Amino acid sequence: MLRKILTILSFLAVISVSAVHADQKKIGFIYIGPPGDHGWTYMHDQGRIYMENALGDSISTTYIENVPENADAVRAIRKLAASGHDLIFTTSFNYMDQTLEVAKEFPDVKFEHATGFKRMDNVSTYSARFYEGRTIIGHIAGKMTKTNTIGYIVSFPIPEVIRGINAFYLAASKVNPDVKIKIIWNYSWYDPGKEADAANTLINQGADIIVQHTDSYAPCQAAEKAGVLAFGQASNQEAFCPNSHMTSIEDIWGPYYAAKAQAVVDGTWSSEDTWQGFKDGMVEMSPYNTKLLPLDLILEAKSMETAIENGTLHSFEGPIYNQAGELVVKEGEVADDGMLASMMFYVQGIDGEVPQ
Amino acid sequence: MSIELIIGILNIVLISTTPLVFAGIGELVTEKSGVLNLGLEGLMLVGAVTGFITLVITGNYFYSLFLSIISGVILSGIFAFLVLNLMTNQIATGLALTIFGIGLSAMLGKKFGGTPIDGLNPYYFIVISFLLVFFVAYFLSKTKTGLIVRAVGENHNSAYALGYNVIKTRYLTIIFGGVMSSLAGYYISICYAPMWQEGMTAGRGWIALALVVFATWKPWRLLVGAYIFGGVAIMQMNLQAIGVKLPGQFFNMMPYLATIIVLVFISSNKLRLKLSAPSSLNIPFEKNQ
Repeated sequence: MLRKILTILSFLAVISVSAVHADQKKIGFIYIGPPGDHGWTYMHDQGRIYMENALGDSISTTYIENVPENADAVRAIRKLAASGHDLIFTTSFNYMDQTLEVAKEFPDVKFEHATGFKRMDNVSTYSARFYEGRTIIGHIAGKMTKTNTIGYIVSFPIPEVIRGINAFYLAASKVNPDVKIKIIWNYSWYDPGKEADAANTLINQGADIIVQHTDSYAPCQAAEKAGVLAFGQASNQEAFCPNSHMTSIEDIWGPYYAAKAQAVVDGTWSSEDTWQGFKDGMVEMSPYNTKLLPLDLILEAKSMETAIENGTLHSFEGPIYNQAGELVVKEGEVADDGMLASMMFYVQGIDGEVPQ
Repeated sequence: MSIELIIGILNIVLISTTPLVFAGIGELVTEKSGVLNLGLEGLMLVGAVTGFITLVITGNYFYSLFLSIISGVILSGIFAFLVLNLMTNQIATGLALTIFGIGLSAMLGKKFGGTPIDGLNPYYFIVISFLLVFFVAYFLSKTKTGLIVRAVGENHNSAYALGYNVIKTRYLTIIFGGVMSSLAGYYISICYAPMWQEGMTAGRGWIALALVVFATWKPWRLLVGAYIFGGVAIMQMNLQAIGVKLPGQFFNMMPYLATIIVLVFISSNKLRLKLSAPSSLNIPFEKNQ
């Protein structure tokens, strides 16, 4: 009810703003959280600002924040489409069907859906290979843990998140076969209190490293308070936990957004699937914390980044087995993008089951 | 399970449940006087952001706590004026207060999001929350003023005929409820997760509202209910972490589900009286009728 009222109110704001400029290309964004989350939405907003600076007066941008991943999203996307936006970025996985629904009604409007896999003539998908970063932090965690227990806080059971867990575990268990990961599903992307509770619960159960796939910096703060180590999520979170933050996986959307906006301005936009990682700069590691990490480990991590960039190292190199012990990636091969995009199983060695 | 583990779990339960106790006990007193304030979420957010900003600027915990309380007095004072003097619809006004609070807190906190602060020890607030429940329980059942509050909530016309000042009583209970919500917000942004982020109370105001009904307007039951809600949430995290498969979505909806069950249970009139729902709840009071 409340969300609905809020969404309606933000529509009004959007309409009034977008009525002003007629000659510019109008670009809209749908955000799952607030731009001030210093995580996922913050980085998309940074991308939006980068795009505005890069293209100047040829575009104007608007965004609607805190849009829930349900029927409200249809209304939010439709309002942007109906108010003359030329390009609309929907920045969360579960806006997928809602984006397609609106895209069918507005064939002249271009849509860009983040982290999804369903496309149409006027719907592109794009995502970052965050799992490459998870390989790096898995490697570091495997070497840095003393209790061999790593706490992992996650949001929803979707392929992107499960792929991250697997990539992390494969890298960690490669350097430390005894490593165990404890996983807590929060079923929310953004609830600082709950994320702190989950971090404290994991620490209480013996985890000495906290990894998160949620959007606030509360887990890293809880780790700092308890004196254990942590990795940040989406943006560089060192400022919030200087004594426990080893590195963060950063999402860099700006250059992609600017390129797609330019394509709309030039009239060259076409539907495509983009999935970029370290190589194209869509994923970056925050500066490694030299106070916490030994120099040789930092150098290892950096050389792994380079190896992933030139393709000599892949996050999912065979042989990989699933929990049932079946070989899913053969020795000498790597998982293809199709398998990665729909990954809904844990690899062998992870305890527990993937929630349905 | 080792002793350390159990103590650790209890510790997390105490820390995570306290905001519910604060907001819930404040709303309980407000509702006991016959006013339904749906603005808890907004009040909590404004209390959280006011405290946070003051702490960042002054570095003084006392000032930040004080201004956070003031924000609750002002906002709930406006709410009281609207529903008591102008006799606006309580539900609509409460919702408006929440929406206003969400927007206002986001606007005020824009420049402060992501400023690191030193958090305050949550144990001060945990102890105060228990004392508060004791105080409210005693106040409502054993003091004359407490009985007046209940009389006003049961039947404002009779209370008025007996010479009690209905409007003044309700002003005070609304402001008390507002201040408690601000404290809940202050606790969240200063102790629980020391940070400011938009919408960081994440629906706890609504859970506190549900809690009042779940507790059937009894202070001690509210405390127990809060710890059941909080305890279940933390227990399911612990079970997940040791590898037990659980339907997490179910636990997210549990507070609301439990409340609906209680609502169904007390919807029969006879029981409702017995279970102490204030009869004048959400009914506007007109002096000259």
